[in-house]
Amino acid sequence: MTTGLTDDSVIRFARGVRLQHDRVRERWIIQAPERAFIPDPIAAEVLKLVDGTRTLGQIVADLANRFAAPVDVIGRDVHVMVSDLMTRQVLVA
Amino acid sequence: MTETILSPMSLLAELTHRCPLQCPYCSNPLALEPRRNELSTQDWISVLDQAAEMGVLQVHFSGGEPMSRPDLPDLIRHAVGLGLYTNLITSGVLLNEKTFPVLVDAGLDHVQLSFQDIDTANAEHVGGMKGAQARKLEAARLIAADGMPLTLNFVIYRENADRVPQMLDAAVEMGARRVEIAHTQYYGWGLANREALMPTAAQLEQTTQAVEAARQKYAGRLTIDYVTPDYYADRPKPCMGGWGRRFINISPSGRVLPCHAAETIPNVAFPDVRHDTLAHIWRDSPLFTMFRGTDWMPQPCRSCDQREKDWGGCRCQALALAGNAAATDPVCSRAPDHDRVVRVLETLPAEPPPFRYRRYARATDEVG
Repeated sequence: MTTGLTDDSVIRFARGVRLQHDRVRERWIIQAPERAFIPDPIAAEVLKLVDGTRTLGQIVADLANRFAAPVDVIGRDVHVMVSDLMTRQVLVA
Repeated sequence: MTETILSPMSLLAELTHRCPLQCPYCSNPLALEPRRNELSTQDWISVLDQAAEMGVLQVHFSGGEPMSRPDLPDLIRHAVGLGLYTNLITSGVLLNEKTFPVLVDAGLDHVQLSFQDIDTANAEHVGGMKGAQARKLEAARLIAADGMPLTLNFVIYRENADRVPQMLDAAVEMGARRVEIAHTQYYGWGLANREALMPTAAQLEQTTQAVEAARQKYAGRLTIDYVTPDYYADRPKPCMGGWGRRFINISPSGRVLPCHAAETIPNVAFPDVRHDTLAHIWRDSPLFTMFRGTDWMPQPCRSCDQREKDWGGCRCQALALAGNAAATDPVCSRAPDHDRVVRVLETLPAEPPPFRYRRYARATDEVG
């Protein structure tokens, strides 16, 4: 399935899906219909920037800046991750 | 006791046993709880507060038909305020353009809507309610139009197993994001109707193939949860992810159970939210500790490399089939009582017997 993602795509959570901090277990979780996923630490950093207004390009730029990493490397990784989360019905663009 | 006690993830709130439908595979116990024994709104509020405090992430409002309870919107709103993910497990026959917007306003996250079949005549024969299918289709339409995520639930049994491909296509047409193709589990009313419900091995194979084909066809659009009838398996299911590890069930009268069938377990007190705290019940009650972890296990479980994967299978099934809740689940091919499962499958009647419908023992409890 092709997701048609570009740097201008605005990323948001699918309805009924959200990132939430689990204070009892001290970790981030993705709450979704009848299941909860545990994002890895990098995915959690990406998902914290998903607010329904930022574009994919803005999210990549923010991460590249904060982690002092090349934009093209971060961009590739984030693109793959967002595509995967779209096919799993967590994110929509 | 060396077992680590985890925090529960998930709470099944069985608000009521009252339901307009009478499905013969219902997971509720044979002794249905009358309305007069149901917990009050305030009792449920306290349960939700305690559950969130303990680390529960998702609350599933179920029944019976949870929409029979007029306080459902208040309970949803309260759960949402606590950060709980709220799921409504409903037959949909009470979900309409008046009742649904109230649930949306309360902040409901998700609906799981059950269908007895995709064929209307058989669906209404099984549910025991004329006109139910049209109401369910209208419920699906309202939920999809709102945009709330929708899961359809199809319980699979002998009479509808051949229509799984049509169910999967219909799920996509109805705008569902997820669908459960769940073979009947043989507890409660399902166990009482086992001879009428159990599919043949050939039917099971066909449903598996239909699910595999639809997973390809609808990849990225439809998530399919597939539950097999474990009588046909070699290894038991990890029932509830292990006894007292992840899951709490509260019955309509406030009994706190490790699974929805646990009221069949003999010789143990059933803890009650009206008399004790949820945290204490979870951690220390005899019911929750008796099969937690691996210390309780008999052979062959105790020395089996699967013991922390399947947790010995299902205690209620061990009780139902082997007469002993502490036995290895007879579904396991290594279990001493496995021949009992084999015999059930070998002696399935050529023609399924009539259903024993889910009903209250006393007709006066059935309505209202």
